[in-house]
Amino acid sequence: MERSKSSGYGECDQANLKATELRLGLPGTQEELPLKLESPSFNNKKRALADDEESASKGNLGVLQDGRRSTSGVPRPSKVPIVGWPPVRSYRKNIYLSPPATKKADIAEGGARAGYVKVSMDGAPYLRKVDLKTYKSYPELLESLENMFNIPIGDYSDKGSDYSPTYEDKDGDWMLVGDVPWNMFTSTCKRLRIMRGGSRS
Amino acid sequence: MNYFPDEVMEHVFDFVTSNRDRNAISLVCKLWYRIERLSRQRVFIGNCYAISPERLIARFPGVKSITLKGKPHFADFNLVPHDWGGHVYPWIEVLARSRVNLEELRLKRMVVTDEGLELISRSFVNFKSLVLVTCEGFTTDGLAAIAANCRSLKELDLQENEVEDHRGQWLNCFPESCTSLVSLNFACLKGDINLATLERLVARSPNLKSLRLSRAVPLETLQKILVRAPQLVDLGVGSFVHDPDSETYSKLLTTIEKCKSMRSLCGFLEVAAYCLPAIYPICSSLTSLNLSYAPGIPGSELTKLIRHCRKLQCLWILDCIGDKGLGVVASSCKELQELRVFPSDPYGVGNASVTEEGLVAISRGCPKLTSLLYFCQQMTNAALKIVAQNCRNFIQFRLCILDPTKPDSSTNEPLDEGFGAIVQSCKGIRRLSLSGLLTDQVFYYIGMYAEQLEMLSIAFAADSDKGMLYVLNGCKKIRKLEIMECPFGNIALLSDVGKYETMRSLWMSSCEVTLGGCKTLAKKMPRLNVEIFSENNEMENCIDDEQKVQKLYLYRTLVGPRKDAPDYVWTL
Repeated sequence: MERSKSSGYGECDQANLKATELRLGLPGTQEELPLKLESPSFNNKKRALADDEESASKGNLGVLQDGRRSTSGVPRPSKVPIVGWPPVRSYRKNIYLSPPATKKADIAEGGARAGYVKVSMDGAPYLRKVDLKTYKSYPELLESLENMFNIPIGDYSDKGSDYSPTYEDKDGDWMLVGDVPWNMFTSTCKRLRIMRGGSRS
Repeated sequence: MNYFPDEVMEHVFDFVTSNRDRNAISLVCKLWYRIERLSRQRVFIGNCYAISPERLIARFPGVKSITLKGKPHFADFNLVPHDWGGHVYPWIEVLARSRVNLEELRLKRMVVTDEGLELISRSFVNFKSLVLVTCEGFTTDGLAAIAANCRSLKELDLQENEVEDHRGQWLNCFPESCTSLVSLNFACLKGDINLATLERLVARSPNLKSLRLSRAVPLETLQKILVRAPQLVDLGVGSFVHDPDSETYSKLLTTIEKCKSMRSLCGFLEVAAYCLPAIYPICSSLTSLNLSYAPGIPGSELTKLIRHCRKLQCLWILDCIGDKGLGVVASSCKELQELRVFPSDPYGVGNASVTEEGLVAISRGCPKLTSLLYFCQQMTNAALKIVAQNCRNFIQFRLCILDPTKPDSSTNEPLDEGFGAIVQSCKGIRRLSLSGLLTDQVFYYIGMYAEQLEMLSIAFAADSDKGMLYVLNGCKKIRKLEIMECPFGNIALLSDVGKYETMRSLWMSSCEVTLGGCKTLAKKMPRLNVEIFSENNEMENCIDDEQKVQKLYLYRTLVGPRKDAPDYVWTL
């Protein structure tokens, strides 16, 4: 059960999350099929990661009860997240999961600070800039562009919209947004252009 | 004293500013009570459900500054469901209706809405200061209302809030006539910021002393802002990433050198380590440094930086600084009073961490230390005893071992003796958080020695009810007790029910108290709100008094059960 996919924080965290993969069973035993437990009934959409912690640990707390606070010294598996522990605010936890600082190589290559790219739209009098690093997926980026220019872009595969998001890649070619995986897109995109008119092929 | 006219008494009381002292004054006699209450301007309410806004205004009609706290502390760690309560709107409504001349509102762990913010902005002509800490429920639209309508706004301080960012232009809503800003903190906002607007705002705010930027503000803009505001005392850097060979970067170097008033630095929400040398010139005058929001800076860079900060009094850092790095802190920062070391890997799986060695080094080098929050991989009794000997002035001592039941890593014994040494040596300790393998013994020590203790946080500790009883019987000044995963049951809960009226609140989750025990308590103490809840609405269907209560939160109140409790909260 890959928690990383549901939290959507990117491949770089898969290693960490795999290490905290949850299983049912006594500490120290190997369980082949970890089960996903239902989230608590209350609405907690903002904190996806916290939900995963809580839902997973509910099952495990039951298990750990046997070994808990024992003077016989059954060790708690340190890799299992427990609700409310360690006492770190969600705000802080979310910061630690955000993408790492940009490397020097990226800067030198990109010229301008990597992340911010210019966005032009056909017919608009001035350009805008967006920081690609603040988005985790195509839908987020497109929604933001929609808000910024006040136009419907729709899904990149949607033939109904008048506007097509395109980008200039490292080679200088103009590509349609959405073909390549998100991470590849952010590392190769130099600028964005929202084209108007149905000319897409 | 009774022969002095009221105005003289009032003038004397004006010099008494601490809330506790003013509370004490009001207890002396009826005359003093009356004079004090009419002249009181600042009120602190630690639990918004302990009193109603109507009663507050009735007693303190001249109030100008209100501090309110909502959710229990453990809400910070996801132990309280999302819609538990802590709404501030009813307060604002009453304050507005009663024409209170509100100038300052400070909220912590409360639910704030855009409607509330708008109401504030329209109702209080002299509103000057809004401080929101760990709040939620509002968007940048609410901030726009504050910016647009509060003509004499001095302070807008948003700390670690969950704000829905509509990527709107809330900064634009500060009118051109607004030149009164002294403090602006929007570091927790996630959306884009209109950089030109920000620069103009800073340019027309000559009194600006504190500015904390969000991640969306790049280094180029920071440089331009610092040119306009070299008088800044406190700066929160947003993004600190740039090509160090560029013109912008060298401009930044010159600009920073001119910021002679800078004393406090934080943020670095996005940072490349190789850019850090830019701040070396101001390090020698810094008294406060917070790099705890900046993961990814290697320990070696951190120590290089800290070597320059000889006047540091407050340091918040991540544990990737390592024990050796703490050694550098100990030898460089002799004035250190507050240290917080946060885990760079909150799930405790990673390798970056500190141990008892780092703490011992700090205690040896920084005798002025009074406040500690330390997340570590392991601890020993011996180390704690050394710390207790070296630092006798702790007021706050919070130790969090990432594996919560880990014993002394060299002897495998419980950490009772170590914590016992701390409370015995630090007579003024007011706040304590424990972790590691702990038996009833540590609570015996706490009850015996921690005479000034006001707040105690416990998890995964103790063997029996005796632990809790030691604390309740021994700590005369305890105000907040929060317990999770301890074997305390009804005997401990019910041993001295009157005690809870001398405290602000008690939190117990995943302990051994039963529904029957809580019912008994609620029956005996009508002036306590005894709230129980679980995530699955189990309690509503439960008629079995033997059922263990998952979460119990009780607090004293003058206004009875709250009316905004959600379905899953059962007030007994």
